[in-house]
Amino acid sequence: MFNINKIRRDFPILSRKISGKKLVYFDNAATSQKPKSVISSMVDYYENHNANVHRGIHTLASEATNLYEGARTKIKNFINAKTTKEIIFTKNITESLNLVAYTWGRKNLQKGDEVLLTVMEHHSDIVPWQIVAQEKQAVLKFIDINENGMLDIASLHKLLSKKTKIVGIAWVSNALGTINPVEKIIKLAHEHGALVLIDAAQYAPHDKIDVQKLDCDFLGFTGHKMLGPMGTGILYVKEKILEGLPPFLGGGDMIKEVYFDHAVYNELPYKFEAGTPNVGGAIGLGSAIDYLSKIGFDNIRKHEKNLTAYGLKALRSLKNVTLYGPADINNRMAILNFNINGIHPHDVAQILDNEGIAIRVGHHCTMPLHLRLSLNASCRASLYLYNTVREIDKLCMGIEKVKKVFGK
Amino acid sequence: MDIYRQEIIDHYQNPRNFGKLKNPTVFHEEVNSFCGDRIRMELQIVNDKIMDVAISGAGCAISMASASFLTEMIKNQTINKVKKNSKEELVKKLNINLSPSRLVCAWLPWEVLHKALFKYQNMKGAYGKI
Repeated sequence: MFNINKIRRDFPILSRKISGKKLVYFDNAATSQKPKSVISSMVDYYENHNANVHRGIHTLASEATNLYEGARTKIKNFINAKTTKEIIFTKNITESLNLVAYTWGRKNLQKGDEVLLTVMEHHSDIVPWQIVAQEKQAVLKFIDINENGMLDIASLHKLLSKKTKIVGIAWVSNALGTINPVEKIIKLAHEHGALVLIDAAQYAPHDKIDVQKLDCDFLGFTGHKMLGPMGTGILYVKEKILEGLPPFLGGGDMIKEVYFDHAVYNELPYKFEAGTPNVGGAIGLGSAIDYLSKIGFDNIRKHEKNLTAYGLKALRSLKNVTLYGPADINNRMAILNFNINGIHPHDVAQILDNEGIAIRVGHHCTMPLHLRLSLNASCRASLYLYNTVREIDKLCMGIEKVKKVFGK
Repeated sequence: MDIYRQEIIDHYQNPRNFGKLKNPTVFHEEVNSFCGDRIRMELQIVNDKIMDVAISGAGCAISMASASFLTEMIKNQTINKVKKNSKEELVKKLNINLSPSRLVCAWLPWEVLHKALFKYQNMKGAYGKI
């Protein structure tokens, strides 16, 4: 059962007031709020089990290790990976994507090789590739979008070739909400002998993932956008690929033996986890996965589809508001991206904040996409399971207020 | 004070000294990459006095209103006097309470002006009196 009132009561922050008004939190694509169960799982860890993990003999060390590895198992099950060896903890998805570029990219890219990305990629799936491509004299190519904000599949067909070594693609655009047809792209890329890296940061919070069914080679996401704490990134890599990769960072925990002139690296996945990990964070993420699973992704997606459809319709009915991104709700995750004609997004966000409404404005770490759309900036209201239709009404009233201030 | 008070909106929608100069002595343009604001300021300077000023570009209400206010403050002033004005004084003139993230918007035109003046002084150093 999807009981929105009960869900809202699970999130302490939702009862906060901003400028004397009830908080309307529409910045979920930046980070989600956290339920009590996630917060208390971390408090419990720090109050009762805190110790450094692995190799510890004492009771607390073994409890902490069990909790940390238990979280890894939850994540493995969450995305249906074959083994926990394929699950690497990072500090965020940015680090996950950098790890792929720095290890796989440095080892495999050669002069003239091509890395195929999309124009809607987040900066974190562009800049690491720019750095490595420059080093290796590889070339970056970008799949374009059409006027609906959907990937232009013809452009993909044209750009895929024998030279393509890897395709990096956001499953969901963090700016437009576009859901990309990743299954189809993975199949096509594999036919051309290219590997595929999926940025699932904006997908993982909202729907089920099955990496075996997808057959992707790399997949990253981040805990803090899916009710978990900050500092909990995940990278999934197919075991066979991971076995051949050099380490990312060197230090403790990633080694078996160290001598003055060399080191023997640890087994998977520890070879890629140097130093003390974010144990409390991993436990919190495990608890977030428990929470989401209990509510059920079918229920979450259904609720969000209704909300998004309602939001699109409501915003479309407002004068002087331009919407960006796919119109079809089946191609769009819970993101509403818009501009009020003639009013700068910063002014929009400032006035909405006075109404207690939190949205994000700017280029959302997708400057190339904004260049492609000839926009300086845009307004983004991103929704999640605890948002309501009533809150979307408040957003619309807030937008009318903004227009009034500027005499539009 | 409400940051969108009438005078601010007025300066935003009807910025003073907006446009380009025919023969500017110096100009500078700056972009705030965080929000995409872009402000260009052109100055006509005669005997170290700002005889004319023009702003152009696009930005939020705060940065554009601030630029407009600034042009009124500096026109017909000597650059020695203008150089002494701090960005805090400009914000004081705007007479609104700004959060740290919006202060950046209000400061942008001030930074553009001072970089233009810096360029002018470098030119003067190289070419003598212009």
